[in-house]
Amino acid sequence: MSDFDKALIEMAIPRNDEGPVFDEPWQAQAFALTVKLNESGHFTWGEWADIFGAEIARASKDGRGCGNENYYLCWLAALETIVTAKNILSAAQIADRKEGWRHANEHTEYGKSIELDHAH
Amino acid sequence: MGHNHKHSAPLSDTVLRVKSLESLLVEKGLVDTAGLDALVERYEHQVGPRNGAAVVAKSWVDPGFKERLMKDASAAIAELGYSGAQGEELVAVENTDAVHNVVVCTLCSCYPWPVLGLPPVWYKSAPYRSRVVREPRAVLKEFGTELSADTEVRVWDSTAETRYLVIPQRPVGSENMSEEALAALVSRDSMIGVTVALNPTEEAA
Repeated sequence: MSDFDKALIEMAIPRNDEGPVFDEPWQAQAFALTVKLNESGHFTWGEWADIFGAEIARASKDGRGCGNENYYLCWLAALETIVTAKNILSAAQIADRKEGWRHANEHTEYGKSIELDHAH
Repeated sequence: MGHNHKHSAPLSDTVLRVKSLESLLVEKGLVDTAGLDALVERYEHQVGPRNGAAVVAKSWVDPGFKERLMKDASAAIAELGYSGAQGEELVAVENTDAVHNVVVCTLCSCYPWPVLGLPPVWYKSAPYRSRVVREPRAVLKEFGTELSADTEVRVWDSTAETRYLVIPQRPVGSENMSEEALAALVSRDSMIGVTVALNPTEEAA
């Protein structure tokens, strides 16, 4: 068993007999980004478990449930936290990019690929 | 296709957050797209395309279901226990000798994932998204699908509100097959419309 598989078990990820279970594509994407960053040495699973555990604890304290959706919302929040904590990306960079995507989403016309306009 | 068709429904805040992280990390070379997609694809079977194949097979053997599917696909798939968790509308488009349908999302990667699972890598790629609109026959040919010149090709652009499911033609020679055996002939790609359903002599991938 790889470190990754061990980490998954410790983190009690929603899973069935075949592996992790996702309700929606964004959950699998957030999961895959985290796995890839770990594989390339940007953080250890121990560091991840601390940050992710804190998110889960906060969600539980706020009375948010523990279904897949909430589980992966915590996952996503932890991923945003760890990339800024590790100086991989800045919070401003992430916020700018999000606005860029929102703008592109609202202004892309039929038949054209979505393009980020970096001038914005 | 000159009509002004905007993707007016905003992507959810959550989806925007994930897209932002993904695009920044890819641009910085910190994660590679192929590796990411390979990992996502590994879990693809967790949600489909088996659901979609079951829908298509049922439509082939049950005319009443087929009629309901063509009229209101969201309601029809709910009969089988499938639903769009984001509340988007599902529209079934049927391939015939006269019309071949193919689905794209020119904006991003809107995809009927409750029935088809997660989108394949190529579906999300810029070349597919732009080329299938301009030159659908050439793109289909690259998938090994050659259509007769008389067949009209219709390209459907998915949006946040509307997702499309292609109902491929029932293959010749499948007349005596069970619904379950028929479902094995319905590949993911045939429900996106880039290929046709498998022949009964072929193995489902």
